[in-house]
Amino acid sequence: MSEALHVHPGTTALPDVHHDEHHHAHHKETFISKYVFSMDHKTIGKQFLITGIVWAIIGGLFSVLFRLQLGYPDQSFPILETVFGKGAKGGQITPEFYYALVTMHGTVLVFFVLTAGLSGTFANLLIPLQIGARDMASPMLNMLSYWFFFLASIVMLSSLFIQTGPAAGGWTMYPPLSALRQAGDGSKLGTDLWLVSMALFIVSSLLGGLNYISTILNLRTKGMSMTRLPLPIWAMFFTAVLGVLSFPVLLSGAILLLFDRNLGTSFFLSDIVVNGEILPNEGGSAILFQHLFWFLGHPEVYIILLPAMGMVSEILSVNSRKPIFGYMAMLGSLFAICILAFLVWAHHMFVTGLNPFLGSVFVLLTLLIAVPSAIKVFNWLTTLWRGNIRFTPATLFAVGFVSLFISGGLTGIFLGNSTIDIHLHDTMFVVAHFHIVMGVASFFGMFAGVYHWFPKMFGRYLNSTLGYIHFWVTMIGAYLIFWPMHYQGLAGTPRRYLDKRGWSSFNGFPELDKMITIVSIIVFAVQLMFVFNFFYSIFKGRKVTNPNPWGANTLEWTTPIQPGHGNWEGEIPEVYRWPYDYAKDGRDFIPQTEPVGENESKH
Amino acid sequence: MQTLFIVAILTLGFLITFQIAKASEYVAVLRGEERARKQSNRINGFMLLAFLIIGLIGVYYCNEKLKGKILGAPASDHGVLVDRMLYITLGLTFIVFIITQVALFWFCYKYQESDKRKAYYYPHNNKLEVIWTVIPAIALTILVGFGIFYWFKITSNAPKDAMVVEVVGKQFGWEFRYPGKDGILGKKYFKNVDAEGGNPAGQIWDDPANHDDVFVEQEMHLVVNKPVKLVIGAKDVIHDVGLAHFRMKMDAVPGTPTTMWFTPTKTTKQMREETGNPDFVYELSCDQMCGRGHFSMRGVVVVETQAEFDAWLASKKPQYLTAHPDKDPSVKKDTASAPKPIAAALNVKGN
Repeated sequence: MSEALHVHPGTTALPDVHHDEHHHAHHKETFISKYVFSMDHKTIGKQFLITGIVWAIIGGLFSVLFRLQLGYPDQSFPILETVFGKGAKGGQITPEFYYALVTMHGTVLVFFVLTAGLSGTFANLLIPLQIGARDMASPMLNMLSYWFFFLASIVMLSSLFIQTGPAAGGWTMYPPLSALRQAGDGSKLGTDLWLVSMALFIVSSLLGGLNYISTILNLRTKGMSMTRLPLPIWAMFFTAVLGVLSFPVLLSGAILLLFDRNLGTSFFLSDIVVNGEILPNEGGSAILFQHLFWFLGHPEVYIILLPAMGMVSEILSVNSRKPIFGYMAMLGSLFAICILAFLVWAHHMFVTGLNPFLGSVFVLLTLLIAVPSAIKVFNWLTTLWRGNIRFTPATLFAVGFVSLFISGGLTGIFLGNSTIDIHLHDTMFVVAHFHIVMGVASFFGMFAGVYHWFPKMFGRYLNSTLGYIHFWVTMIGAYLIFWPMHYQGLAGTPRRYLDKRGWSSFNGFPELDKMITIVSIIVFAVQLMFVFNFFYSIFKGRKVTNPNPWGANTLEWTTPIQPGHGNWEGEIPEVYRWPYDYAKDGRDFIPQTEPVGENESKH
Repeated sequence: MQTLFIVAILTLGFLITFQIAKASEYVAVLRGEERARKQSNRINGFMLLAFLIIGLIGVYYCNEKLKGKILGAPASDHGVLVDRMLYITLGLTFIVFIITQVALFWFCYKYQESDKRKAYYYPHNNKLEVIWTVIPAIALTILVGFGIFYWFKITSNAPKDAMVVEVVGKQFGWEFRYPGKDGILGKKYFKNVDAEGGNPAGQIWDDPANHDDVFVEQEMHLVVNKPVKLVIGAKDVIHDVGLAHFRMKMDAVPGTPTTMWFTPTKTTKQMREETGNPDFVYELSCDQMCGRGHFSMRGVVVVETQAEFDAWLASKKPQYLTAHPDKDPSVKKDTASAPKPIAAALNVKGN
């Protein structure tokens, strides 16, 4: 401790970490401690990313499978029977299998890819590097956070291989459907495994979140005041706060549901006659679960979206060679979104018989979110205005994010208004809306982050030609898939209908369904190309020679090209300014580590 | 075979793409990275502008192609309000959509990297921030105002003269109960449900209000221009009464009854004439995931005149009489003339 103080006078937050660094330098790291049970935040970030990629392939493949059914309900694909056996008898996806696919697609992508894969990756990678810390506040908890996620993954994955199949009640897992084994195959063992897996996932998310918060609050380097933090860090901070406060509520819901399923309690069950069998349960409320679920479920949307917003802000600023416009407004709007995220959950429940007055309060609060969202969009636009924009693949994905966020955000104004929601609730309009604004937009944020920080992660570049192809196909594909889908919703087509031929009202779009299916297969293939690019470039990509390849101000680019455990050789740099001094006083960029000059203009 | 072919083509396409991508990287290094980067910058800047223009044309084309396939004019009074709100929102958001998307892609194109220009240091401007906080806030106040006004109209209490129909969802079908002449739905209890014993709804027979209640499945009849209040429930899991043409929707929750009301304004016959589709029917869809048969949980709604409705209801026997054949006057008549069948039997024997 005294030694550390001697080395770095004035820093009180970091002595232990310094000590740690000295300690580690003398030990030889084994393969296991370096790559498997690693406590280095960068390695853990990569672990989250690669596990996320594997899950994304699985989840994406599921969507291709059920799109086949939606586009070609009358056609049989013998290969499906070869691979999935009784799930696709005669080459046609059975309803049970279809519902298992959509349920797993939602669960996997929302939780395992866009929560763990996105915020797990970039919170771990960026927080210590951008705030100037040698590692997380608790590297041990950080490691456990990944391994709990891994365990959750194993349990979820195992449910795909059991006799009765995985959970099939939709990713929202509403009881009584999910509570009654008699109600369907997916409600048998698959649902128990789903609930256990989610419980493990929540533990992982809490360990991670607490760690992110304490690291950001306590381990900032000298001079790094909260208002000098890069925006991705603020976004990760609010994300972690959202997760810590809302995930436990889902945990309670999951546990009560496990009780209802296995111990004969009646939290969510009442007055049930299923398949002619009269159940004894009375007095429970099925709607209670929806409150518990959406109290997490809505903040979850922002848990997914905020890290993407933060990274997009950073990437747009760096690549337009211009400060982010309205840093404080960006911060304020993040904060406002974070608060409002907790107060809007019941807009998912306008047609559950909710008290209409309560409904109207939630309409007000929901549409209020559009204000901070609008501020963010206008600030991004102004950041681009009169910039000098470099279109790296990361920039393109960031621009794509803004475009999708606008499109999907605006359709949210339809759904958040209870009057319109009466008609559009649970239709394809909802599917189109949340895929654009939460699914694809967040994926774009994630891709932007991967392209931007890949050089930091692996010391090599991703192939940018493949990156451009990846962007353009995905961007065009996303709009082709989801834009016309709104019209299906306006026609009232309910979601989760695998075959609309029995209906006269909803059967007007067979050509459209085919088109969407074909485009989604192409888009999926291009994602596989990205995955190939990713793994190929880890080993064979062009080497990074410039420690600061994008000319960025933030601290991660002051480390060696491939930082070791502890990130900086020697002392942690000190910070003298905010991270967005681009184009100031005629200079292209001024790193955070440069002291403010005497003649420098003020902003 | 076909699948193999597709996979082969995809693989080949991918290999070619990859080789080109690799080669372009080498070329870039040879020609000077700076120059290659600037070239790809120009291409992407142009592509972004092209995307905007083609995209907007696409939006127009998509609308032209699909606008005829959404459901047409609403068939209920509440549906008119829902559609009006929808179009108000559409108008407002479409303006915002155009302005912001055009700005986004145009700025990208206009301000792409150029040696001639230096980026403009512009970190903040509080006046602008206030402007784009206040304008969306005003726009949203308008939307919230209209929205809540219509919402309270739609969710208000049903008028006193509204007819009442009970709708119950089960895996995978719909059951309806009409209150009969007394206008009161009799009490029910889920443990009384006994489909074989003639009591699929679980009615409590001790309640005299139950004696004239009519029970039907899959098809609901409503009277045109007469408000109807649906009392909604479910037997097993959560379902949802979705009436797309009436723009109405309400969950059916086991253990927690819900209600909604509206006034159908067009008979099925009228809709057949208006749409030019002789097979037109109002459909009742389940809009809440309810298990393997969710996508096929279809009911039919028939909207007709009061006279037609009365005739239809009169043709239905109250469920009480089905469950208690001994109390059914029409059945009693049969038992009174009991000798007939015996005689017939004797006749048969005699032959």
